[in-house]
Amino acid sequence: MTIYGFPVPKFAALIVWVIVWEIVGQFELLLLFPPFTEVLAAMVDVVTTPSFFEAARITAYCYLLGLALAVVFGIALGLLMGLVPAADKLLNMWINIFLSAPLSALVPVIMILFGMGQPTVIVTVFMFAVWIIALDTRAGVQHVSPSLKEMALSFGASRAQRLKIVLFSALPEILAGIRLGVIRGVKGVVIGQLLVSIIGVGALFSLYSQNFLMGHFWALILILFAFALSLAELIGRFEQKVEFYAGARG
Amino acid sequence: MNAIAQTATPDATAAATPVDAPIVRTEGIHKVYGGAVHALKDINLEFKRGELTSLLGPSGCGKTTLLKIIAGLLKPTEGRVQVNGKPITGPGPERAFVFQDFALMPWATVLRNAAFGLEQQGVAKAEREERARHYVKEVGLAGFEDKYPHELSGGMRQRVGLARALAVDADVLLMDEPFSAVDEQTRRKFQEDLIRLREIENKTFILVTHSIEEAVYLSDRIVLLSPRPGRVAQVMDPDIKREGDPDAIRRAPEYLDLTDEIWRGLREYVE
Repeated sequence: MTIYGFPVPKFAALIVWVIVWEIVGQFELLLLFPPFTEVLAAMVDVVTTPSFFEAARITAYCYLLGLALAVVFGIALGLLMGLVPAADKLLNMWINIFLSAPLSALVPVIMILFGMGQPTVIVTVFMFAVWIIALDTRAGVQHVSPSLKEMALSFGASRAQRLKIVLFSALPEILAGIRLGVIRGVKGVVIGQLLVSIIGVGALFSLYSQNFLMGHFWALILILFAFALSLAELIGRFEQKVEFYAGARG
Repeated sequence: MNAIAQTATPDATAAATPVDAPIVRTEGIHKVYGGAVHALKDINLEFKRGELTSLLGPSGCGKTTLLKIIAGLLKPTEGRVQVNGKPITGPGPERAFVFQDFALMPWATVLRNAAFGLEQQGVAKAEREERARHYVKEVGLAGFEDKYPHELSGGMRQRVGLARALAVDADVLLMDEPFSAVDEQTRRKFQEDLIRLREIENKTFILVTHSIEEAVYLSDRIVLLSPRPGRVAQVMDPDIKREGDPDAIRRAPEYLDLTDEIWRGLREYVE
């Protein structure tokens, strides 16, 4: 980005919004927004409390476990749909429904099934992340070049080898799906914990909002956003590397 | 039509002198797609050991279908293919395929791509890399062993495809329009290299092409296929000397006459 010929880094846009936020906060224009500096101060406060460590630990555990299950199950499901037309016909509509449905409405049902604890949160993360991974994997598998498959066949590759070739060929799409799943999973972990509201960051959110600690509330949100974005960025980096090698596809 | 019935008693010759016997034979091949499209009709052909045969015809004549049936990648609706006197059931190590769009693994280096067939055969890493290196060099890609396909030009990628097919040491190389996706200059150089390669490698080549010049330039035998349904229209044996200057071939009267003759034969199929 350049302004009047000067190169301006992309995060400059963020700084503008932070300044707007600070002004809104300092003049007490909106009750919900304390000044940004206050939020930063609260962030130090939040991060140093033992309850935050416990919440972060539970959140990370639920998130990573749910995401890992979603990745494994999503890729397997996508492979099945991409390779077996009958399975695709049977499942595709359902997966699209789950992908676009408001899953938050399902969380109470999950809660009834899995109780008021971590399993519910794990399942919520899974439900938020898995469908996009499955659909992207399916798209990737369906776009594997037919001649590459014929090539493997003609040189006598085993079934396992051919599956490996399909997986490697579909890797750019699979990674795009995982990146989106990572972001959706953060939604899942927050919504799950908010609705369960007695564990993890959900408990903290309830605590802060009930006591009207808006500085702490926003600090926690910023921490979560930063976490989700850095994870997505990390996978994005890996994706670019894979795209680079996949440059000769097709 | 005339050359189909040249060997009257094929079974007898196959048993007696394996050297003269056809290495690949197709018997009554029919291919119908989806019960409606008759792609190939009654293809009876013999491919002699060590020869380069071109399957030539306009698009839609089923020449690639025929090649893939010989490769074992497609099943004929009727008829069978014999290689070395044995009917085939699928792909086999005595046949290697060179793909029109190269079909390289983008995540693997030139060397690993070239060694792919050997890897599938369970050849130990050191040995297969040595053999792959040899063929990468032979197709003129020495120094590019550790490059990735996207770092190579189209012509170079096809050389990798050729090295991969040569490395498995198959008797028959099946090439599906191998030069159609590369530019004209590269194609000419590639054709010249193929003639030189044939002098070193004692292999049988079956080449699908839609280029009359390419077929005449390279082939010991040309099979003309007519479209819808694909049938053998004519078999020709060009008598062109290919030793010495490769450019001389393109000026030889036999080359020019035959090119002209084939064009006259194919003209009626082209709107």
